[in-house]
Amino acid sequence: MAFSAFTPTEQKADASIQKRSPVALLLLLPGVIFLVLFFVTPLLSLLLTSLQEPVPGGFFGEYRQALRWENYVFVLETYGTQTLRSFGYAALASLFALLIGFPLAYFIGITLRRFPLLQALCLVLVIAPFFISFLLRTLAWKQIFAIEGPVAGFFSMIGILGPGQSITGTAFSVVFGLTYNFIPFMTLPIYATLERLDLRLVEAGGDLYASPATTFRTVTLPLAAPGVISGTLLTFIPASGDYINASRDFLGSTETAMIGTVIEANFLVLQNYPAAAALSIVLMAVILVLVGIYVKRSGTEDLL
Amino acid sequence: MRGFGKYTIWVYSGMALVFLMIPIVYTIIFSFNDARRTNIIWRGFTLDNWLNVCAAQDVCRAFGNSILIAVVATFIATVLGTMIAIALVRYRFRFRNTTTLLIFLPLTTPEVVLGAGLAAQFLQAGVPKGLGTVIIAHALFCISFVIVTVRARVASLDPALEEAGRDLYGSPQQVFWRITFPLLLPGIIAAALLSFALSFDDFIITNFNRGAEVTFPSFVYTAAARGIPPEANVIASAVFLLAILFVLVSQFTAAARRRRLAKL
Repeated sequence: MAFSAFTPTEQKADASIQKRSPVALLLLLPGVIFLVLFFVTPLLSLLLTSLQEPVPGGFFGEYRQALRWENYVFVLETYGTQTLRSFGYAALASLFALLIGFPLAYFIGITLRRFPLLQALCLVLVIAPFFISFLLRTLAWKQIFAIEGPVAGFFSMIGILGPGQSITGTAFSVVFGLTYNFIPFMTLPIYATLERLDLRLVEAGGDLYASPATTFRTVTLPLAAPGVISGTLLTFIPASGDYINASRDFLGSTETAMIGTVIEANFLVLQNYPAAAALSIVLMAVILVLVGIYVKRSGTEDLL
Repeated sequence: MRGFGKYTIWVYSGMALVFLMIPIVYTIIFSFNDARRTNIIWRGFTLDNWLNVCAAQDVCRAFGNSILIAVVATFIATVLGTMIAIALVRYRFRFRNTTTLLIFLPLTTPEVVLGAGLAAQFLQAGVPKGLGTVIIAHALFCISFVIVTVRARVASLDPALEEAGRDLYGSPQQVFWRITFPLLLPGIIAAALLSFALSFDDFIITNFNRGAEVTFPSFVYTAAARGIPPEANVIASAVFLLAILFVLVSQFTAAARRRRLAKL
């Protein structure tokens, strides 16, 4: 499955099938050209756009190429809060998704091994949210949390919520929404590693008089690490760029705007393309650094 | 984990699964709501929304656009991705690491960056936004997922089967189309379904490149401010039920087959 994208796949180490041939070029070329045209050059054009300056006396939204590095200073000064907030929310959502996803993956991958049909059913339940519109399920939470709803009623009864306060539009509801939406992305890669974990290794830990907690910490957890790493990347990356949960019409408010929110507003509404591009480059750079550290530390030589 | 007590993990995981189901059940229930424009408060059960889905015309048109985009983008991504996946496993070539990086990076790029990048490029090149630009954008983010999925299948193929074909004097074309391709097909189908689902539900990349065209998610996003018609819930629920039915059937047949094999 694609959810093992970040974990090394075991390849049949049969060197004899690998050969040099012009066929390889024919197979690769169309796709590689497509990726260069629509992935590499767009990133370059973002970089160029991020350095543009307004045409003096030009129309609204008219820019010309320049080397205006001040654009970066401008966006970091103006949108520093939103940028930091994005990474904060994404980190919290990854943590909560891990706290929910790891035990769930352990349950499906290890506890349910003796019940293949139940295991299959639970796996379907984990991927089920993918099949219903992302936006509608986020809106469903908004309506469940609504002022006249049962959750808000309970919260104000136990005194967490003061009169006139609402759950939606707060950092809590945005992180909640992000966590909910990315739990499957966290659970599936961890499940993929735990599912093929050799239980004899865990038994060996017990045979050597390790407590279950020690065995878990020194045997199970290190073996599950590749899954945890890919799950964290698959959650953190889309969560940091997401602006649906943080949107005013969904679970957020103007106080929860994230970097995606301001990129969208600058590009599509304010037509401040250089600012939107500079913010995108900042976001991309941070993600690349994180991915680089992860890949280096986990020693994943084979990326896919 | 075992120190937690034997049943704690059952209870915890059961609660997590229920938690995952809440908004899905909510969306399906509210597809039966007797509401007019805003589907927020429960006003009683009705089948009208299901029977006249296209009463909300814009919902239906958006749905049609989404299907069209998903079909074309899935086709492009599946063909190009499968070719690359085969080349990656089966051939050695120069710039292999660069190619791997080129495939890996789109998976780690936030959607908003992919969307803004393409939009900036289309703007600079003077390409008008529309269905075409959305299809290109979708094919782009699906292609890496296709490669990863199909590649796993190519890597797990038993080379002995193809050798047998060659030993029986099959031409390279015959060996590919009669042996390799049928064996890869389940992986290719899985990749195509994944791409279809990703494309159908995408909002962020679409929003940057759609111009005035409306897809199902972009319809929901715009309508969220003034209220979503229940017909949108009908479409989402119908798509969900179909997909789940498909997955359940394939999962259970696979599990049953494993059980039969285990008994042998």
